[in-house]
Amino acid sequence: MKSITKLLASAALATATLAGAATAQDDPFQVGFIYVGSVGDLGWTYEHDQGRLAVEEHFGDAVETVYLENVPEGADAERAITQMILGGADMVFTTSFGYMDPTNAVAAQFPDVYFEHATGYRRDTPNVSTYSARFYEGRAVIGHIAGHMTESNIIGYIGSYPIPEVIRGINSAFLHAREVNPDVEMRVVWAYTWFDPAAEADAAQALIDAGADVIMQHTDSTAPQTVAQEAGIISFGQASDMYQFAPAPRVASIIDNWAPYYIARVEAAMNGTWESMDTWDGIGPGMVEIGEMTDAIPEEVRASATEMMEAIAAGEYHPFTGPINRQDGTAWLAEGEVADDGTLAGMDFYVEGLTGEIPN
Amino acid sequence: MSIDLVALTVALITVSTPVLLAAIGELVVEKSGVLNLGVEGMMITGAVVGFVTAVETGSPTLAFLAGMGGGMALSLIFAVLTQLLLSNQVATGLALTLFGLGLSALLGVGYPGQTPPVVTDPFPAALAEILVVGPILFGHSLVTYLSVLLVAAVWYVLAFTRTGLILRAVGESHEAAHALGYKVVRIRILAILFGGACAGLGGAFLSVVRVQNWIEGMTAGAGWIALALVVFASWKPWRVLFGAYLFGGIAALQLRLQAAEIGVPVALLDASPYLVTIIVLVLISSDRSRAALNAPAALGRVFHASS
Repeated sequence: MKSITKLLASAALATATLAGAATAQDDPFQVGFIYVGSVGDLGWTYEHDQGRLAVEEHFGDAVETVYLENVPEGADAERAITQMILGGADMVFTTSFGYMDPTNAVAAQFPDVYFEHATGYRRDTPNVSTYSARFYEGRAVIGHIAGHMTESNIIGYIGSYPIPEVIRGINSAFLHAREVNPDVEMRVVWAYTWFDPAAEADAAQALIDAGADVIMQHTDSTAPQTVAQEAGIISFGQASDMYQFAPAPRVASIIDNWAPYYIARVEAAMNGTWESMDTWDGIGPGMVEIGEMTDAIPEEVRASATEMMEAIAAGEYHPFTGPINRQDGTAWLAEGEVADDGTLAGMDFYVEGLTGEIPN
Repeated sequence: MSIDLVALTVALITVSTPVLLAAIGELVVEKSGVLNLGVEGMMITGAVVGFVTAVETGSPTLAFLAGMGGGMALSLIFAVLTQLLLSNQVATGLALTLFGLGLSALLGVGYPGQTPPVVTDPFPAALAEILVVGPILFGHSLVTYLSVLLVAAVWYVLAFTRTGLILRAVGESHEAAHALGYKVVRIRILAILFGGACAGLGGAFLSVVRVQNWIEGMTAGAGWIALALVVFASWKPWRVLFGAYLFGGIAALQLRLQAAEIGVPVALLDASPYLVTIIVLVLISSDRSRAALNAPAALGRVFHASS
């Protein structure tokens, strides 16, 4: 397995060298992107790449972008990021949680390069910023829809890795499904990958075999949608709209819209106003969008989901509003209390009612 | 909450098919004394060519044939480089994988998200509804049955026919085979092409039947598992089948254990195929005579007729 990873890494580096050689011109501001999947995944990486293209369009000749796909998370990413900087990048966006340590390690070596790490929380040096979207706001809306629509009362959830971002999504979706349907259960399968279409399809099938008639995914490919389509159940687009599976199985989706953030940050870096910060935006500022809800959803459910979406956007409703207990029954949030960002950012527990265990 | 064993068996067969096809092809290649590490590249090329053909022509049969053709075309490059130009097999194979991944991304532009035609199963749906045996025996795609037949055919040819004997002779000692008048290079090129066709078919199965979509990098390491599988099976066809179903079974089982909320160390289960492969490697290399019995003696060695 190790040799495979090494191979992939050297493959990635080979691509990086080529990309770097092709754009050795140092004059325009060069922005690099490190992707965990391929730009053709129609999910997570696709949306980041849309953000990259928006940057290119916005700045024209003043900015040049390079990207590197399928970069393994972990230590190998360090070499890929370094290579990108040696190739002339002035700013690097590392777009997956697993790049957290490599990003900070490389940032310490290149104080003049700006680093933007998606979904992480470490900003060791003043040239690192972190950013993420409040995906859990979108999860609340689709959880609400799922709770209404499930007939078997089992919702299947394909998790990637048991990290706070994913656990938060599971909790949010479950709370809002339970809210409208007290009998609902949620089964979680961890795929231990962000992007492996075959593995994601298998995970979806396993959940369907276990009785799920709604599939949610926190992985990046459209493979679970295909399986859901075959089984005649419903699913939700993840990270990208996945509208090609509408009106069913995909009845709605959570879309990540990174373009405004990327443009703003590149602009700040170019005119010298950039500073290290943490950005966490949701439905309100438009970083998280809900894709069109199709006719497969009953009209009154569409209406109530839209209402919830608008309340979240307006800041009137927080998806984690008490009373909420932890899985073991101890109190977490009192009546009317709203979760603080610190707890949410490090969320490592399930809420009451979820029956599975978080693997460690 | 228990696990449906029938559903599990059906799933593991489907999960295993692409890897099984690639592995049985690679077994023949290695039996002829050639180590082709380009399986992943040939699979992904087969996946993209198969998918594109399926979308464009609407014919699954043509798609599978095209997938085989794609894998073969890539393996032909390997054959020319290693057999005629005598390049290093390990380096060429690795390059083939990188090339295949890049080429497939290029060929597949515009195809992600397209809908391929539905592949009809060879047996009527009524048969698949028979309790227990129905779904397991009659509920699969034609390619799945083909993969099992292929294992049987490879086993038979290698063990009982003159063709198999010649192929093995070439793989054990190319000098001796050459001295006997067998065309070592020609035989090896044919074996390499067969391996390419099998890997390509496995890739096409993945994109057209199992995922029904083209996504860049979708083989996600299946080709490497196929290579490990050949070693795990110590170059024996039926063991390849057993190994493929075992590896696939572990993958399918661990997902279902999770869905049933049965607490198991998932990471350990996930890693177990690799652990087993390492153990097998240690076992077969611990004893010189046993290793000599299994691994083709000329595996990976360059053959030059004048030497």
